[in-house]
Amino acid sequence: MTINELQDNIIDEFSMFDDWMDKYALLIDLGNSLQPLNDKDKTPQNIIEGCQSRVWLNAELKDGLVLYRGESDAVLVKGIVSLLIQVLTAHTPEEIINTELYFIEKIGLREHLSPTRSNGLLAMVKQMKLFAIAFSQVKK
Amino acid sequence: MNKQELELIRADFPILQEKIYNKDLIYFDNGATTQKPRAVVEKIEEGYYHLNANIHRGVHYLSQKATEAHEDARTTVAEFLHAANREEIIFTRGTTEAINLVASSFGEAFCKAGDEVVVSVMEHHSNIVPWQMLCERKGMKLRVIPMTENTELDLDAYRLLLNSRTRIVSITHVSNVLGTVNPVAEMIKIAHAQNIPVLIDGAQAVPHIPVNVVELDADFYVFSGHKIYGPTGIGVLYGKEKLLNQLPPYQGGGEMIATVTFEKTTYNELPFKFEAGTPDYIGSTALAEALRYVQNIGLENIASHEHELLEYGTQRLMEIEGMRIIGTAENKSAVISFLVGNIHPYDLGMLLDKLGIAVRTGHHCAQPLCDAMGIPGTVRASFALYNTKEEIDAFITALKRVVGMLQ
Repeated sequence: MTINELQDNIIDEFSMFDDWMDKYALLIDLGNSLQPLNDKDKTPQNIIEGCQSRVWLNAELKDGLVLYRGESDAVLVKGIVSLLIQVLTAHTPEEIINTELYFIEKIGLREHLSPTRSNGLLAMVKQMKLFAIAFSQVKK
Repeated sequence: MNKQELELIRADFPILQEKIYNKDLIYFDNGATTQKPRAVVEKIEEGYYHLNANIHRGVHYLSQKATEAHEDARTTVAEFLHAANREEIIFTRGTTEAINLVASSFGEAFCKAGDEVVVSVMEHHSNIVPWQMLCERKGMKLRVIPMTENTELDLDAYRLLLNSRTRIVSITHVSNVLGTVNPVAEMIKIAHAQNIPVLIDGAQAVPHIPVNVVELDADFYVFSGHKIYGPTGIGVLYGKEKLLNQLPPYQGGGEMIATVTFEKTTYNELPFKFEAGTPDYIGSTALAEALRYVQNIGLENIASHEHELLEYGTQRLMEIEGMRIIGTAENKSAVISFLVGNIHPYDLGMLLDKLGIAVRTGHHCAQPLCDAMGIPGTVRASFALYNTKEEIDAFITALKRVVGMLQ
């Protein structure tokens, strides 16, 4: 599936809920089922410091595709990390670089990404793209 | 405060009727900022509609009226703090600027390499960073008063920290995270025994407890307008006249001068020496209105109402399994910080928000304190005069629901 198809799937899934608490319940489920990072991957280099919650992010290039792993100490943030990984992982660096991430706004979770919330997520999205840019340079 | 009185007070704060995500707003983030009564907002409007002209310089009618209003506000603040005279009141942008002013000007006048500044482990960043900057500039050392397990300042350790190199002590009156009310009168006495002046950060104190700077014998006392039902962008530095006169100005500009030539400028006297540029005269008059509002209700009444909320809130929170209250001082202001089990405070705060409840989460600009306690932060409910037990009940119901979701 393309990145945009994956984004649209998530939008469909969230559109079933009218109530905020149901959306958040789904996010909590996603967060809880995200495979945790090994402690050895939770290095100071991989940490993205937010004001309130911390996010760890790691990426590798395998067979031309970027594979992401990540975690957070807050479960709601972990839920969004899980969504970001679902959408972006196992795509080529070029696809990732050229993607516009619209699903977060569409499912009403934009506030988590606003700079003032400073939960590390905005920095995480940026970091995911930076990994892709770096990998695209390696390939050349 | 009975139910009817409380209803009347709540009616003064239109924002309390707001719906958040279609739910009744429950505003428990008063430690960050308080809501404004109608009288304060009307004062701002009146200022801009009827009294707006630059102050102190103009000979015309409006300028004189605005000057009078600004200087009357100074008198109101002086009376509120029980200062010996009104020239000891300097208007600043807030607590942060007031502390920066003292750190800069006092540092310039009295501090040199090897000297020491004493703060406490429970300070807000605003009462740490300005002193750290001074220490870096001058080659001085920052010393930190630790606290006991009860989250009270360790006075024995405090006594041991003071020595002939200590230039100033700067401590908070009330902790914004723990609610601890520090024994500042006693701590000032201890410092004064060694001729060390003391600055008290009153940002979290003045909305809740009556303050008398002369009785406290504080050398400097600072607070912010917006935490006491006044507007943002205006705050107060109280300083003893003798001490303020010994300090160089903080910023240069208009208003703070006596005469200016390119060879030499002489400075204006107190309080103008420290109020460079056009002051926030609309803000100062609205702040004075807020102080009058508080005084009309009476700080004793406010304190006893908030104490009831503190006791009731604490008791109800303890119903929740895994509840850990952070801040267990005997003398405590109406602030309850807590954690539930291993749940991250951010998750609790986000979900409570969706139920219309405004609490603060995180380290509350007191990172060293959270580090010292080994916690990532807290959820903080902080009460004000308009909060009710019914709101606490709704908050507990919501909290039980979100804890259930997150466990």
